[in-house]
Amino acid sequence: MNLWVLSGIAVMVGGFVWRLNPLVVVAGAALATGLAAGMDPLAILAAFGKAFNDTRYVSVIWIVLPVIGLMERHGLQERARALVAGMKGATLPRLLTGYLLLRQITAALGLTSIAGPAQTVRPLLAPMAEVAAAPRDQAEANKVKALAAATDNVGLFFGEDIFIAIGSILLMKGFLEQQGIELAPFDLSVWAIPTALAAFAIHSLRLWLFARRRG
Amino acid sequence: MIGLAQVYLLAGLAFAAFALLSARDDTNPRRWINTAFWGLLALSMLAGDRLGDLGNGVLVLALVGLAARGLERGAQGSDAEARRAEAARHGNRLFLLALVIPLVALGGTLGFKHWPGLVDPKQVTLVSLSLGVVLALAIGMAWLRPRPTEPLEEGRRLMDAVGWAAILPQMLASLGAVFALAGVGEVVGQLASAFIPEGSRFGAVLAYGLGMALFTMVMGNAFAAFPVMAAAIGLPLLIHQYHGDPAVVAAIGMLAGFCGTLMTPMAANFNVVPAALLDLADRNAVVKAQVPTALPLLAVNIALIWFLAFP
Repeated sequence: MNLWVLSGIAVMVGGFVWRLNPLVVVAGAALATGLAAGMDPLAILAAFGKAFNDTRYVSVIWIVLPVIGLMERHGLQERARALVAGMKGATLPRLLTGYLLLRQITAALGLTSIAGPAQTVRPLLAPMAEVAAAPRDQAEANKVKALAAATDNVGLFFGEDIFIAIGSILLMKGFLEQQGIELAPFDLSVWAIPTALAAFAIHSLRLWLFARRRG
Repeated sequence: MIGLAQVYLLAGLAFAAFALLSARDDTNPRRWINTAFWGLLALSMLAGDRLGDLGNGVLVLALVGLAARGLERGAQGSDAEARRAEAARHGNRLFLLALVIPLVALGGTLGFKHWPGLVDPKQVTLVSLSLGVVLALAIGMAWLRPRPTEPLEEGRRLMDAVGWAAILPQMLASLGAVFALAGVGEVVGQLASAFIPEGSRFGAVLAYGLGMALFTMVMGNAFAAFPVMAAAIGLPLLIHQYHGDPAVVAAIGMLAGFCGTLMTPMAANFNVVPAALLDLADRNAVVKAQVPTALPLLAVNIALIWFLAFP
């Protein structure tokens, strides 16, 4: 067992602790692990370049920014704030719990990309949450915004696996098939339901406690 | 057939526009670094397939070098008074415009199935998302009548707010490929299985659940952790030795991994990018907001495997 290939993980942890630029740290980790595995530096560079080119679809999401920017320029965030301010009883836990439920249900139906940090959290959910919470200072406002982003992630992660055609379900099915275990996607996705319920319960309890602590 | 090539063309043009507008922005003291960064990303999108593996590697090194020098935010935004006036003028119809991208993404994903040969079935979501962007822009331009460059200028402003973090998810995905070549997964799996006490079913369940979460935190991705932990512990111990239900072991094991995703800055697209988009000074603010949900949920997942897999 060649333990030295783990040096890349050590580089990642070290880089994180010393707060170096993460892009530099990732490149360093690839170099360390590649060298430990006996690859020569040019082969590592080529392997990394190939992988970077093959995963360009990850960065395509940024094409939404001109649309989001245009809507913000014409008052979308202000409108989202006004909408919440005009609603009676729009408290922070109610707003975020409602969003959590909606995000879990839509993700469970396979609609994972209809919401997200760029699509909904920045232009809509975060400003709405801020108005509903009425924070006293900037630090508290930042906490509320972070909580809005967290709610989006929790809803996505613990909804999407109920859908049968999502990447992780297909990955599990493929893995088990290679090991001689035949399962339908539905057999797997149904077991995501207990965790989805627990995620909803735990996170909405936290939202409620957050609001109560602030008094 | 419409597929990734057209999507990358659109993305390349968008990044090229961000580069050009950065070059024009003389309020930004480091505008040439920004220009080079977004320009190289445009080159990658437009011509990545013609650069060769080594060429792409050099392009990545240049991006990393520019990020290390430090990008700077360019001119930021319109004044709040103007935006409030616009919001009052356009009213709640603004939300309809906001719904165009998700609705087209949804409609396309479902609808293109009925037009075989038109859109690459494997890329139908990305193609639909791109189509939604184009359509939303067209509607927005016709309705709001902004200056022609305004959407791109506003896009450049938001892109600057995200900065180098924009390519961190893609970099981490590439690192995963190098880790796979070097066999990191196998070594981690062997280490994890060495820690489990002989004959302890609970020890095996615990190691599997915690291992999924921890290795996901390191890799930033539960998809990378699952094959490793399933091959090291899930399959040989939980399924074969203790006869656990494979569907429960796999499905809830993956969800234990998702708890790890909530707790790591390595899952940059979920945890670091939103912090940048929301202007949070602390890049780990979103992770910190998620840990108190993730830890109890991880415990629940481990308990669920224990109770549901071994009836």
